[in-house]
Amino acid sequence: MTKSVYSICGMCTVRCPIRVETENNKVTWIEGNQHLLGGALCAKGSAGPAMIADKERPQQPLIRDGARGSGRWKPVSWPTAYDYIADKLKNIKSEYGPESVVLSSRGGPWQGMYKSFIHGFGSPNYTNHDSTCGRNTHHSSLSLNGVGRKGFVYDIKNAKHLVLFGRNMFSSLRIAENLQTLDMLDNGGKLTYVDVRQTITGLKSTRFFQVRPGTDYALALGMIHEIIRREAYDSDFIDRYVTGFDELCYFVEQYTPAWAAKECGVREKAIKNFVDEVLEDMPKVIFHPGWNLSRYKDSFYAARALHILNILMGNIEQKGGLIIPKGPGDCGKKGINAIDIPKPDIKRGDGVGWKYKHFDKGPGLGHLFFPTMESEDPYPIKAWISMRNDPFSCMPDPKRQEQYFDKCDLLVSIDVHYSEFGWFSDIILPECTYLERDNGICVQKGPKPRFGRRQKVLEPENDSKPSWEIFKNLADRLGMEDYFPFNSIEEYWKWQLEPTDYSVKDFEEKGFISLSDEVVMYDPEKLDGQFNTPSGKIEILSQKLDKAGLPSLKEYVSPLRPPKGMFRLVYGRSAVHTHGHTVNNPLLNELMPKNSLWINVKAANKLGITHGDLVDVSSEDESYTGTVEANVVDYIHSEAVYMVHGFGREISRQTRCLHAGISDQKLMVNKLDDWDQAGGAINLCEVFVIVRRSVRNPKRRVEL
Amino acid sequence: MNKYMIYLNGKRCIGCHGCEVHCKANKNLPVGPQLCEIDHSVMVKVKSVPKTEFTFRSCYHCEEPFCAPICPTNAMIKREDGIVYIDQEKCIGCMACAGACPWTIPQLNPETKKAVKCDYCMDRVDAGLRPACVTKCTTHALKFVIMQEVV
Repeated sequence: MTKSVYSICGMCTVRCPIRVETENNKVTWIEGNQHLLGGALCAKGSAGPAMIADKERPQQPLIRDGARGSGRWKPVSWPTAYDYIADKLKNIKSEYGPESVVLSSRGGPWQGMYKSFIHGFGSPNYTNHDSTCGRNTHHSSLSLNGVGRKGFVYDIKNAKHLVLFGRNMFSSLRIAENLQTLDMLDNGGKLTYVDVRQTITGLKSTRFFQVRPGTDYALALGMIHEIIRREAYDSDFIDRYVTGFDELCYFVEQYTPAWAAKECGVREKAIKNFVDEVLEDMPKVIFHPGWNLSRYKDSFYAARALHILNILMGNIEQKGGLIIPKGPGDCGKKGINAIDIPKPDIKRGDGVGWKYKHFDKGPGLGHLFFPTMESEDPYPIKAWISMRNDPFSCMPDPKRQEQYFDKCDLLVSIDVHYSEFGWFSDIILPECTYLERDNGICVQKGPKPRFGRRQKVLEPENDSKPSWEIFKNLADRLGMEDYFPFNSIEEYWKWQLEPTDYSVKDFEEKGFISLSDEVVMYDPEKLDGQFNTPSGKIEILSQKLDKAGLPSLKEYVSPLRPPKGMFRLVYGRSAVHTHGHTVNNPLLNELMPKNSLWINVKAANKLGITHGDLVDVSSEDESYTGTVEANVVDYIHSEAVYMVHGFGREISRQTRCLHAGISDQKLMVNKLDDWDQAGGAINLCEVFVIVRRSVRNPKRRVEL
Repeated sequence: MNKYMIYLNGKRCIGCHGCEVHCKANKNLPVGPQLCEIDHSVMVKVKSVPKTEFTFRSCYHCEEPFCAPICPTNAMIKREDGIVYIDQEKCIGCMACAGACPWTIPQLNPETKKAVKCDYCMDRVDAGLRPACVTKCTTHALKFVIMQEVV
């Protein structure tokens, strides 16, 4: 019998809405939700069913049967697995206190359950991957606007000009946003793209700045200078909502377009022409404040500069600008019940909130647990539960991380796949794939807010469980039954929807519940109260940063040039992979089985490297070397080499991607401590690597 | 005259290769055969922005296909509306069709040991739908076009 079910994709964390048809527990068709995406789906989305059929994933709970990382596993039943974890957690709790347990997740709309689990257990230590992703952007927005990165959505469709600094959106693929951008371009809009190399996104641009790596901040400062000089800003908006504008004017005086052009390696005239265009297009100009800006030592300040550019445009709550996301309350509707157990009143183990007061306490900063593991100050860290989060893949120097994690008595990995961390952990709990599990109802805030729901499409192929059931079972064994007062997903959904006028039946028609048919906008003249800073205004001079002894307007410092024979390592992503999650997927692996090293043609010539040659890429201390093919290209800066993140995996049960390509994070030796004191994120592009033509390039053949 | 064509709007194509996987997923194809492909040319600067052209290729559904007459079991069939398809019941996997095709379009499905090629998802077309690659194109860059002779 053919069934048609609306759900939410899970191949990456964009979570596009989908519709799936099945017959006899097999997927026969999968597409983007027609009501929201007009059917559009990406390669990853279509490769979901191939993941389910893939036997190179954990089939049942596995307990380590050898040294950590040895890859020897004993299959066990779910009750045995739950008991194993619960017993260890109880022992750790009684010996070291509940706060010695950390839970990390990938974040997202369902994290309330994981967070509540660890809070209910008695630990404040919930964290996520964001210190290697959007933390700088998030903190920069908080310091200026008083709201985080998700405090704005971008009305790209109605914009006239979109400016992207390294935001390679056509490879990161948020389909709804991509469609908006292409619609904008079809309507004659402009796209300015800034990067150290040409990307798919840059191909679609109307203006391209290829900059020297690490100089984004300089270019943004030059733009601010010129926009202020030309008075191409919204002075009404600034008078009404912004403090510190005069100081900004004074600060940027030195950063002329001529200076920026020289620093970045672009043409001064191009910056000036760009500002001409901005003058024409404002306020419908969006400077995307970045996403994964955990890159350079001044990425936090670069992100602040991008936010400042938006502020100059006066584009907040304007059509074609930055829109404040609306929730159920803005539509006169009631919100849903959510599991939210408050954080215990104990100092966080990563120092956020007491040692580092200017950071968002929500998920803290994952990498700052490592020094605590070493020092045991303020207390020891003895267990780490990783919910679909792979510290070894997202943070630098996994070998160093292993040394830290080895101080823990319990390492748990809950994941659909084998992760590099999971491979080193003590126990792997296989979660069902996104097509085989239900998740809680989530609120999707935006100009037209919705309730969304992931619904099970298939019965699980493996002996795997949905995350709600895993946490519920662990909670029951740890005396936390009352925190999760439901026994089935239907009960959970019903409880979630209790305060609203809706029932689960209302999801059936379109897969979501629309809370407003019209775009909900605030009056742009009445935005007081929207900026949650100490002064209630947008603070160009941040009181919070000032208290932490950090400058709000930081002097620009030119990035180091790599020594001879070395290059700055820049990473990114491809449209066909979600980092390390998909490189072993049969259909996506077929499309892109390994990564390559992008290198500038002139730089390659000097090293005797031609396109397609094998090259050895080594970390600065040469403790890690990988060999990949060189992709010799014109349009990458000669100081940089680039690779797609997620490769170079060493999990023997993932045969397709085993040792395929090279891992950027393994090249980041000793870079775990190189993080941004102002923004909190790790500086993932402050890394130099050595590149040599490999001796493995065959000269002749001597074997029969 | 052929009735249908798949057209790629290069301005919207982002070379994400989604169409290739949409096709494989719909046809339930294993690793190996690939019935459509996105390719791109070498980047050249246009108004100081490096640009490239994306192209989409599947079967050309020739007006007079070489693959059809050479098939020893008459499994390769050209329909009235121009769609050239392989009758999987009749195909013996000899791959004579691939040899006859100037672009070696037909490929062997290693699981069924039979030839496969693009048939514009004719089961979908006959049901009033569009081919998988077009329906699910990430950026709505692919269009399924009904051709009309301009007089």
